[in-house]
Amino acid sequence: MKRIENKGTGSLKKATLEKEFKHIQTAHCENGATTSLLRYHGLDFMTEPLAFGLGSGIFYIHIPFLQVNNGPAISYRSMPGWIFSRTCKSLGVKVTRKKFGNNEAAAKAYLDQKIKEGVPVGCQVGVFNLPYFPPEYRFHFNAHNLIVWGKENGNYLISDPVMETVTSLSEEDMIRVRFAKGPLAPKGHVYFPENVKPVSKEVIQKGIIKGIKRSARDMLHIPGNIAGVDGIKYTANHIRKWREKLGPRKAGLYLGQVVRMQEEIGTGGGGFRFLYAAFLEEAHAYIPNDELLSISQDFTKVGDLWRASAVQMGRIYKGRINNEQADFVTCADMLLEIADLEKQAFLKLKKLDLD
Amino acid sequence: MKKEELPQDESALKAMTRELLYVKDKEGKYTTGLSTGWEVKKAALDNAWDDIKERVEAARLAVKNGEKSPVYYFMELRLMDFPVLSGYTGFWTFNIKRHLKPAVFKNLSEKKLAVYAKAFDIKVEELKNFKG
Repeated sequence: MKRIENKGTGSLKKATLEKEFKHIQTAHCENGATTSLLRYHGLDFMTEPLAFGLGSGIFYIHIPFLQVNNGPAISYRSMPGWIFSRTCKSLGVKVTRKKFGNNEAAAKAYLDQKIKEGVPVGCQVGVFNLPYFPPEYRFHFNAHNLIVWGKENGNYLISDPVMETVTSLSEEDMIRVRFAKGPLAPKGHVYFPENVKPVSKEVIQKGIIKGIKRSARDMLHIPGNIAGVDGIKYTANHIRKWREKLGPRKAGLYLGQVVRMQEEIGTGGGGFRFLYAAFLEEAHAYIPNDELLSISQDFTKVGDLWRASAVQMGRIYKGRINNEQADFVTCADMLLEIADLEKQAFLKLKKLDLD
Repeated sequence: MKKEELPQDESALKAMTRELLYVKDKEGKYTTGLSTGWEVKKAALDNAWDDIKERVEAARLAVKNGEKSPVYYFMELRLMDFPVLSGYTGFWTFNIKRHLKPAVFKNLSEKKLAVYAKAFDIKVEELKNFKG
């Protein structure tokens, strides 16, 4: 694989692009694609925490009866695609999205045309065949996002938001990752903002308020017991039963999956909770209500507790089979404490008068 | 998490990138930091891979003992579950489950075998001749 060396947020200028494209490394791929694309179109205030907050990215869900990679299906964020859509909508930015079913030729022609026109394009891809990912990270996960910003010698120039540097993909690899199959199959999905106009401070403020209120509503009032703060309790109650139900070894593997969903590359640490705390701190610069700072501290504490629960879970699965029921109870209790703290924090956000 | 507490453990990410995390600086403000990895999640990933290797080995033995067809082995080898393999082949899960039986697999058409081979990224011969 050819890698173009360009450290950090280095500027890249291609003859085909109107302006230089800046690669920005972020914790999470969709935040990153959102941030980079909007900044390219002149919205210089855009940052990853802001995209995450405007798009109400913070969430929790534990989907029952569904297995992902032979473990529990847990997510700490909202549905793939929603962060970009909601953030753009709240800023009055029009989004163009295109999917191509099984038509690989049409998908390739469209992408090539956009690049020719000088439009950096967000691409949804599967990571199983993504050559620059280490083999250990290549699972059938189909909601990764990257930006294609040019083409050189038949290779696509790629800005993958989770990476420090830009990279590239051959035409063949590009088709494979864009047409990965299975759940959340991308079907060649591409997206980009259009007609981006300057955004006033008032619009950003309104977007922040809307994003916060929507997150509070989703985390506190979503129906059922598997999502929002109730979802965290749901997981806690399952953890209590895992060892007896699955045996020590498999129960340990399940905990490992929880930790990976929470801490793996893309989360910013603590299951996106640090990222949300950073957003609330940044929101304070737009809406100088000091409560935002104090609630940001609450989320930092929650993030730290999520990390602490990961350490506790790690003690169990590192021992493989020498674990005890009491260890699982400790984990479950930690999650209950987290659920309670998140509930308090979101209640404060819900009641917060920001207008 | 404070920036100076950001773990810098070795992990599989080494070949690709350092990852970005949100941490507090000395003034208590949010900033970002780069990490090479964290042993807590590395252990989780290592365990997951140990489990995958055991599953693949168990699948190999199942094929060898005539309990399962090669489809089962390559499915495990490629980390696929039924929804993923169904996506790649266009076959219903119900039918894939049948194709895992050696007796059914034996009579699969060349066309279907080719679809499986493509999904597994192998040659048809490899699929047909896999004995475990």
